Amino acid sequence: MKALAGWTSPGKLRIKGIVGMNRRNIRYIGRYNNRRLYPLVDDKLKTKLLAQEYGITTPALIGTVTTQFGVKHIRDMLEGHAGFVIKPAKGSGGKGILVIEHTDQDAYIKPSGVRLTLEDIERHVSNILSGLYSLGGTPDVAVIEALINFDERLAEYTYEGVPDIRVIVFKGYPVMAMMRLSTAASDGKANLHQGAVGVGLDISSGAAIRGVQFDRTRHDHPDTGHELASLRIPDWHTLLVLAAGCFEMTGLGYIGTDMVLDRDHGPMLLELNARPGLAIQMANGEGLRRRLDLIEAQPEGQTPEARVDFAKRHFARRSELERSDEGRQTPTNVPQADTR
Amino acid sequence: MSRLPFYLIVGLLLVAGVALSVHRHVQFEVPWTPGEQREVWEVESQITFTATGDAPVLVDMALPTNQRGFRLLTENTASPGYGLSFVQENGGRRAQWSIREAVGSQQLYYTAQFLVAPGSRPPEISPPPLREDIVWERPYDTAAVQVIERAWGRSANSFTFARELIRDFGDERQGENARLLLTQYERGPLLVRLLNQAGVPAREVSGLLLEDGRRRQSLMTWVQVFDDDEWTLFDPRSGEQGHPDNLLLWESTGQAVLEVQGGTNSGVTFSMLTHNQPAAAAVRNQLDEDSLLNFSIHSLPLEDQALFQTILLIPIGALVVVLLRVLVGIKTSGTFMPVLIALAFIQTTLVTGLVGFLLVVAVGLVIRNYLSYLNLLLVARVTAVIITVIAIISAFSVLSYRFGLNAGLTITFFPMIILSWTIERMSILWEEEGPKQVLIQGGGSLVTAILAYLAMNNPWIRHITFNFLGVQLILMAMILLLGNYTGYRLLELRRFKPVTED
Repeated sequence: MKALAGWTSPGKLRIKGIVGMNRRNIRYIGRYNNRRLYPLVDDKLKTKLLAQEYGITTPALIGTVTTQFGVKHIRDMLEGHAGFVIKPAKGSGGKGILVIEHTDQDAYIKPSGVRLTLEDIERHVSNILSGLYSLGGTPDVAVIEALINFDERLAEYTYEGVPDIRVIVFKGYPVMAMMRLSTAASDGKANLHQGAVGVGLDISSGAAIRGVQFDRTRHDHPDTGHELASLRIPDWHTLLVLAAGCFEMTGLGYIGTDMVLDRDHGPMLLELNARPGLAIQMANGEGLRRRLDLIEAQPEGQTPEARVDFAKRHFARRSELERSDEGRQTPTNVPQADTR
Repeated sequence: MSRLPFYLIVGLLLVAGVALSVHRHVQFEVPWTPGEQREVWEVESQITFTATGDAPVLVDMALPTNQRGFRLLTENTASPGYGLSFVQENGGRRAQWSIREAVGSQQLYYTAQFLVAPGSRPPEISPPPLREDIVWERPYDTAAVQVIERAWGRSANSFTFARELIRDFGDERQGENARLLLTQYERGPLLVRLLNQAGVPAREVSGLLLEDGRRRQSLMTWVQVFDDDEWTLFDPRSGEQGHPDNLLLWESTGQAVLEVQGGTNSGVTFSMLTHNQPAAAAVRNQLDEDSLLNFSIHSLPLEDQALFQTILLIPIGALVVVLLRVLVGIKTSGTFMPVLIALAFIQTTLVTGLVGFLLVVAVGLVIRNYLSYLNLLLVARVTAVIITVIAIISAFSVLSYRFGLNAGLTITFFPMIILSWTIERMSILWEEEGPKQVLIQGGGSLVTAILAYLAMNNPWIRHITFNFLGVQLILMAMILLLGNYTGYRLLELRRFKPVTED
């Protein structure tokens, strides 16, 4: 039986309400996401312009590069910007995103301290344009954004990169949220399968519920050593309303909204994902199924504010994390959120 | 949203697929299993000679007929410019080619298809008349008499006599007399002479030992010995009695196999090939009946049939991919790349294919790694990888040939463009996610390819997909149903295990 130790049964997963890949694809993405609307989220430039139209804050756009010829002028474009992010408009899974924290004379310095030359930057942009990072290898556009001045209150919870907050928005209701903290193992990237820490967030308060890295429970950040229990997202309500508003903006019923907290501008929309992953269930220690079922039963036509209030009322959870300052008490069995 | 139309379509496909298959089984007697197939031999004879140019050319060749174990299905000739007629002569069939003027090297072809039919009975063959005019020179006459007496004493009937006689000419028991006779006469005609002298009717016949894929074979001589109405064959070389199952008698009336007038250096060689056909199709071939209703791949020319045999297997490979991705959750690099690799494995065999694939991808990754320093545009870089892959494949082919590994040559069956994209994708994966992901996805692709290969190379599956087009509809229905599966994948049971722990 030892060989089966790492496995569970479909019955147990169903009890937990875990949504599998097949169900996500057919039941939620296939049913609620109209393929016609995909370009709005698959193209980050379009998302950005649309968000501006709907009054949803996004990081400032420095410029775009659309032709290989334009690559030569990138130096002028970057002039005067200390930190910036270059990303492919149609990239997926965080591929091809280059973060430059600051410039030092002719060198561009990544958050990890690696120094890049202008040629490196140009090659990266050229790769983006030729479609190296885009779905299906189609030619792409490079989008250059201002670096986010992320909220220092969260600095202890992350290593290098900017932590972002993923909120799953179903039919306009924020159903589940997690924060992705980059680590040394994830090379400053906020991708869970690369080793970033996922922290499940309570929908009602924005407080941390549970942390996982490489699918295993964690109570502190592996690099900074800071405990996760005290993590609480400031401006939580604004963030949720912003996320919920993406439903009206795109018309997509099942999306993952990636938000960041800027020191000066508060919550901002970074990008949208029409095929959000399922790791958020691991970070929350709970399946999406019950919450999605509840939302499916709700009438349509509510305002974002009303939807956020509804979600906050029904999806409240208590933290499972140990607080170091409370004498390391073992977490009591947390009652399930009222999702009925 | 009602799912009724969906299930209706699936049901319809299933019913149509099953009905079509059953119809083919019942109406055309196509068996369900490949074991019930009938073997068909294709024998091609090539006559070559040099025309002298000063006289008309007449080529006369013996032709095989229905015989024990084989039934003649079809025959064709290729002989541009020659007049051709088939004649019946002394109980044997012969083809006669004729031309007024011909110069230089000439080639004539005769191809025949034989159905292996164990129950097939030959037409009655009457024993040849005994030759009364046998005259031996001295000292061979005494030797002949002694050999005959020796064998006669140890035998009970014509067949045992023939066996003893041939054994006396065998290597171990070759006596003085036998050695003496062999210095003057050839073994075949000598045996017939001796048998005739002893009053046993016998004649020399020419036959072809059928072996799949053999080329440039020539006819072998056998001795046909009669005892009243029965006859049997003896191998003049070993003395073995009996008719080997794979022996096709080409000429059995005791005449020359090939006669050429107006030409020199004449000769005939044979190539042969076997393939299986459903019993019914093989029989239908004989009737040469072609109808529109008989909608099957078998009505296409042979070459195209072979192509379709592969094409019809692709859905099986695709089904394996769907199963592994939807039910198991295996990650592959490129969705259907494993199917193409599996198709290549069919040509190369599994082990050679695996080794070849790993070699090409490994070397390709190393070279691609260098290419990434050159800062090239994507299309140019992939093209460079394609050329690299071709170079690697050529190098391996030449190397393996030099080392005497002919299996290495089959490496050319790999789809090079697909390999190049695989290398490109793996290389990017390596840069972005590290070697672990490359191993996971590369391993997943290989496992999928091996399973697809095993499924596609299964003789029963090959038989079913090739002979029952209705199966394609059933496959379609299965894939539609799989596309509707919302349950967990096998690997998700492991992935989400930590959630269920507390």
